[in-house]
Amino acid sequence: MRPALPVIFFTVLSGAGYGLWCLLGLALAAGIYPLAAGILVPLAFGFVLVTAGLMASTAHLGRPGRAWRALSQWSSSWLSREGIASLVTYLPMLAIGWLSHEGHEGWSIQVAGAWLALCSLATVVCTANIYRSLKTIRAWREPQVLPLYLGFALLSGGLWLWAWLALASPRPMGLAFPLALLGLAVLAAMTKVAYWKAADRAPISTTGHAIGLQHLGRIRPWEGPSSEETYLTREMVFVLARKHSARLRKIAIILFAALPVIGIAVALPYGALWIAPVLAILCLAGLFVERWLFFAEARHAVAAFFSRQPI
Amino acid sequence: MTALPPPARKKLGLVIDLDICVGCHACAVACKEWNDGGAMGPLPDDDPYGAEPHGVWFNRVHSYEVQGPGNGDRGRLAKADTLRADPVPRPQSPQMVHFPRSCLHCETPDCVTVCPTGASYKRAEDGIVLVDEDKCIGCQLCAWACPYGAREIALPPAKARASDAGRKDSKRGTMQKCTLCVDRIYNETLDERDREPACVMACPTRARMFGDFGDPDSEVSRVVAERDGYALMPEFGYAPVNRYLPPRPRQDGSCAGSPSASLAEEAVESDRLPPLLRWLDKALSR
Repeated sequence: MRPALPVIFFTVLSGAGYGLWCLLGLALAAGIYPLAAGILVPLAFGFVLVTAGLMASTAHLGRPGRAWRALSQWSSSWLSREGIASLVTYLPMLAIGWLSHEGHEGWSIQVAGAWLALCSLATVVCTANIYRSLKTIRAWREPQVLPLYLGFALLSGGLWLWAWLALASPRPMGLAFPLALLGLAVLAAMTKVAYWKAADRAPISTTGHAIGLQHLGRIRPWEGPSSEETYLTREMVFVLARKHSARLRKIAIILFAALPVIGIAVALPYGALWIAPVLAILCLAGLFVERWLFFAEARHAVAAFFSRQPI
Repeated sequence: MTALPPPARKKLGLVIDLDICVGCHACAVACKEWNDGGAMGPLPDDDPYGAEPHGVWFNRVHSYEVQGPGNGDRGRLAKADTLRADPVPRPQSPQMVHFPRSCLHCETPDCVTVCPTGASYKRAEDGIVLVDEDKCIGCQLCAWACPYGAREIALPPAKARASDAGRKDSKRGTMQKCTLCVDRIYNETLDERDREPACVMACPTRARMFGDFGDPDSEVSRVVAERDGYALMPEFGYAPVNRYLPPRPRQDGSCAGSPSASLAEEAVESDRLPPLLRWLDKALSR
């Protein structure tokens, strides 16, 4: 698949925003958020990430002005559900902002926190399901796709929340949160490696199978259907990534997992918390590479009509 | 609505005979011409007379080379001894298969259900799958959901060339696909014999047939039964309506691989399932 930048920005940025909101909401609901650090800044930062991602996604549309129509078919379409969930998630965000501004710090903000966490998770689930629901792209049917979208959202958003708490909290922070992020990074990396292994192992559909004549012998494209590139060949027969995939995979995993893990492990004993925002930025950069590969490496069933692979 | 309509009694579609198709692209050109100029037109192109023309075609013709026992098998050519030992002269040229590819107007396609706007829909009365260009937002998810490459997007307005500015641009940025010439087949201003899809009318070898697969006595149903017409990639569970007729064996008996009966059976089976089982089948095959 052609890795479209709007979609990569959308899934990475709004994923991080929802992850940040989810953890912030959970901490508020559980009553363990250090209120002295302030709620509005991480809430607003999540808003910037989420909204920037959603705005980027409209750049992928042929007719962005009609995007509102996408809210209508929630009964069958995950994209429609994602649109609705993303808008609904703004409600608890606004509620928390208002409650925090008014100085309510009791049960009302706990309830709103739980509401925000739930809506954020639901939106990321919808995003993952947009891709998971496409039977034509075999790699996206792997069971790791949904956990990865959730894990990456929580990891990248969590690093930003940690960065805020590390710098703004007046009291020294506990170790539990950064260590949990460390564990999450290791888990996400292991799951991603499992996804790559499974996707690499999956058999590639042949031309003979695509045209239903494989029983006749070896079938090879002799003449393509058009002299120039077409929408299909540009969008779905994208092959560039496979050439560089081994190196890009390493770069991605170093950025989104290895460096954050090392950074947390090294910084914690020395209290060098200034490193937290650096790690959050590195993780996001790694996820851009990871997401680029998620699209670029994915092979669409229609490619079998065009391919010249050996049988 | 993007929910699929209940199974219709009428299932309009095409039969394409791969035995006699010569790959002349007349169907593709006639399709482009009608859909650029007919009631559904225009079908805008980008840079049509430039170095890299780019545009939407509903029908694309691939040509494939088939190598098997007796038809261009390079292994046999290499082994001269085997050839001498074989008293029956066999054609050594590979078999050519010309393969027109267009929308199959599936009975249970995901291109309809993934649509977030309701622009992509399947007509309840005859099963034709269409795009409502006034609702389509150009998210392209339907094209991603189709394994047959049936959908292509018209370039968004910003990317269209200034020279096209005078043309009606309502289609820019929206998804396009075969309409089964819905503006011909019911068109009462045309002669009755002309009420067929443009591709079928144009085919010089009569390799294309149009008809109702819901009627077991129709010409298309009969020829599919006679010639083991098959559906493409039935494993996706989209239950294509269009059928392809496999190439016949050569007179010397070569090029006669046995069609995989399992594929053909599977395709028919999902057509005939009662609604509850079909729903189960769909839910389980997700």
